[in-house]
Amino acid sequence: MATATAHHDAHPTGITRWLFTTNHKDIGTLYLVFSLFMFFVGGTMALIIRAELFEPGLQITNPHFYNQMLTLHALVMIFGVIMPAFVGFANWQLPMMLGAPDMALPRMNNWSFWILPFAFTLLLSTVFMQDQGGGPAGGWTMYPPLAIQGGIGTDFTILSIHMMGISSVLGAINVIATILNMRAPGMTLMKMPLFVWTWLITAFLLIGAMPVLAGAVTMLLTDRHFGTHFFDAAGGGDPVLFQHVFWFFGHPEVYILILPAFGIISQVIPTFSRKPLFGYNSMVYATASIAFLSHVVWAHHMFTVGMPVAGELFFMYATMLIAVPTGVKIFNWIATMWRGALTFETPMLFAIAFVILFTIGGLSGLMLAIVPADFQYQDTYFVVAHFHYVLVTGAIVAIFAGAYFWLPKWTGHMYNERLGKWHFWLTMIGMNLTFFPMHFLGLAGMQRRVPDYALQFTDFNQWASVGAFIFGFSQLLFVILVIQAVRGGKRATAQVWEGAEGLEWTLSSPPPYHSFATPPVVK
Amino acid sequence: MASAHGSYYLPNPSPWPIVTSASLFLLALGTVLTINGIKLGPWLMLLGALGIIAMMTSWFGQVIGESESGAYNAQVDRSFRWGMAWFIFSEVMFFAAFFGALFYVRMFAVDWIGSNDILWPNFDPTWPTAGPKGPMPIAPGSIPGPNQFTPMGAWGIPALNTLILLSSGATVTWAHWGLLKDNRAQLITGLFLTVALGISFIGFQAYEYVHAYTELGLTLKTGIYGTTFFMLTGFHGFHVTMGTIMLIVILLRALKGHFRPDHHFGFEAVAWYWHFVDVVWLFLFIFVYWL
Ligand SMILES: [Cu+2]
Repeated sequence: MATATAHHDAHPTGITRWLFTTNHKDIGTLYLVFSLFMFFVGGTMALIIRAELFEPGLQITNPHFYNQMLTLHALVMIFGVIMPAFVGFANWQLPMMLGAPDMALPRMNNWSFWILPFAFTLLLSTVFMQDQGGGPAGGWTMYPPLAIQGGIGTDFTILSIHMMGISSVLGAINVIATILNMRAPGMTLMKMPLFVWTWLITAFLLIGAMPVLAGAVTMLLTDRHFGTHFFDAAGGGDPVLFQHVFWFFGHPEVYILILPAFGIISQVIPTFSRKPLFGYNSMVYATASIAFLSHVVWAHHMFTVGMPVAGELFFMYATMLIAVPTGVKIFNWIATMWRGALTFETPMLFAIAFVILFTIGGLSGLMLAIVPADFQYQDTYFVVAHFHYVLVTGAIVAIFAGAYFWLPKWTGHMYNERLGKWHFWLTMIGMNLTFFPMHFLGLAGMQRRVPDYALQFTDFNQWASVGAFIFGFSQLLFVILVIQAVRGGKRATAQVWEGAEGLEWTLSSPPPYHSFATPPVVK
Repeated sequence: MASAHGSYYLPNPSPWPIVTSASLFLLALGTVLTINGIKLGPWLMLLGALGIIAMMTSWFGQVIGESESGAYNAQVDRSFRWGMAWFIFSEVMFFAAFFGALFYVRMFAVDWIGSNDILWPNFDPTWPTAGPKGPMPIAPGSIPGPNQFTPMGAWGIPALNTLILLSSGATVTWAHWGLLKDNRAQLITGLFLTVALGISFIGFQAYEYVHAYTELGLTLKTGIYGTTFFMLTGFHGFHVTMGTIMLIVILLRALKGHFRPDHHFGFEAVAWYWHFVDVVWLFLFIFVYWL
């Protein structure tokens, strides 16, 4: 209020620009940079794990530190990498795709980002308290009674999760308000780009799920320090109660981590196929059905804890039902490419890889949904292979597809296509080498969350470790590529890609500081 | 005036969000240190809490100023409405986690403990219970001996509190009608009555807690009954307290002449919140006190 800004693009310079910003592009950049930074933090933890697992026996970590790395790796990758990356995309893209000047609630937008660095400071500081018990080591699912017995690191984790939850809920509220209230005249709901649709539904899942997680960890905290008996059978409670509450959050969370990926892929594939998306309406309905079903499948994570048979059957069939709308999506993407004029720039390569590799992850999920089979797979590397195929070769690959797709729009420069292809192929080789052998390890009976293993698992583990280091270090190429594109390079046109359609491609590259000063009219 | 685009109000860069985040950090850090018995903890909590209060006065004060100066058009108003509605939905889900826990233990967990004669012989799995190792429940109205507790009855203070909250829902609606008719006296009287009813609810609730701790042998640590009772009513009581503070702010704003019949998002947001708190109480009354 204090200073009148005559010029639309005026903003403070230096550090205060980023600390005080209310601009959706600045905040989007902050989210994306934060996510990329945390990608390397969580990746380093993964490499420590893979280095330890290169050989049987204990080489470089003790079991307690290994468990901390394992727990923090999961928390960092989920809450610090994938979710912030998608919120970063939402911040940059939603106003541009909807024809809006900015997000609906700009100050709250800043707040939801700036909670995150503080929350992760709280979480990661525990690594430096090894004398006080170190970080959380009971797995990211924090099951009691193990989590009740943890040291002060568990409390740090609980409070940091509360902060991340506040951040996510605020971000989701902002997304919903923006989508429902900031659309350009003429843009009806069924004309919105699919990325917008998937984010609308994701935001709904976030607001439904994150407060439940807050409730679950609050119960842990009071059981730890205030004498409540939620998870203590001697007082009439039940440790399994935690698992129910946690997975009531946890399964929708899985879709929070993948629906925006579906949205990105649904933007990229039509562009490089030079065809409109096949089955737009069915895509919207499929996304909504996935979101609905995601609330009634949570106990498929708990088939082995002991549950009435009727419950196991219900959760098994409900889970398998999700394959139907997911299959609709896969077929729609393939049908979009069918007889298209395809070109294979880096974003398209990542998008095609997503369709293939995510399908592998989806199908192993279907195998895990079958109760009697799950009794065998539970807590083995087969589960680890499954969710890494969904989250790494799924979500992370989609994030790369989106980053390459929109980078020229954001920076105004074309990235180095050659370097992009190198990054793509090294990533593909690295990640598949890491995660594919884990299927075999799991089926052969190797337990997850243990730093040591039986001798016969050595070969596959060595393949996986070599793959992980290739995957990890090839990400440095991406950092170089982004820095190059920000600094300069071939100027990007407004449309950037020949087949690109949508409001964001009508703006200059880079777009003006506030996207649409006057809303465009959509016919 | 910050840059207005078309007519949607876009605020200038603001220091308040990051101040809030830093305060939240201090509050969280202070909480961890306090519950682990580290001396610095309470001071950090205090600092964080003061930061949040300072933020609220400044940030919300700025928003109120912008609103009264007419910076917000109908579209901005709609953004706020969507924001508040979904915020309340997130609160509903937070309570849902605790109600879910209550239903789970009452319908499954306690029965399962009772059906296991090897681990817990002679345990009577009827609600209310504090579990096989907890104190035994006795009939309402009797004095608990050692290792006994009296469950909270529904028809004393809780029933009165139900009446109080329901009437406060009516008075706040009556105040809203006054605002819509531009009848300021009705607006202010209605708000004043609502605040008074809110405060008396909190008073009775505090009295009930003291009664439970001192005479009924019922505490947060009284097994799963005490746990669910105090956690659910405690979080609700916290929300009533917040709601009452919000109502007081709205009352003070009304006294200063804020709000117009066609422009009063702040009033409505607080009224929605108050109704939400009211509905949660009805569920509490039925499932925690009564059944
Ligand atoms: Cu699941």
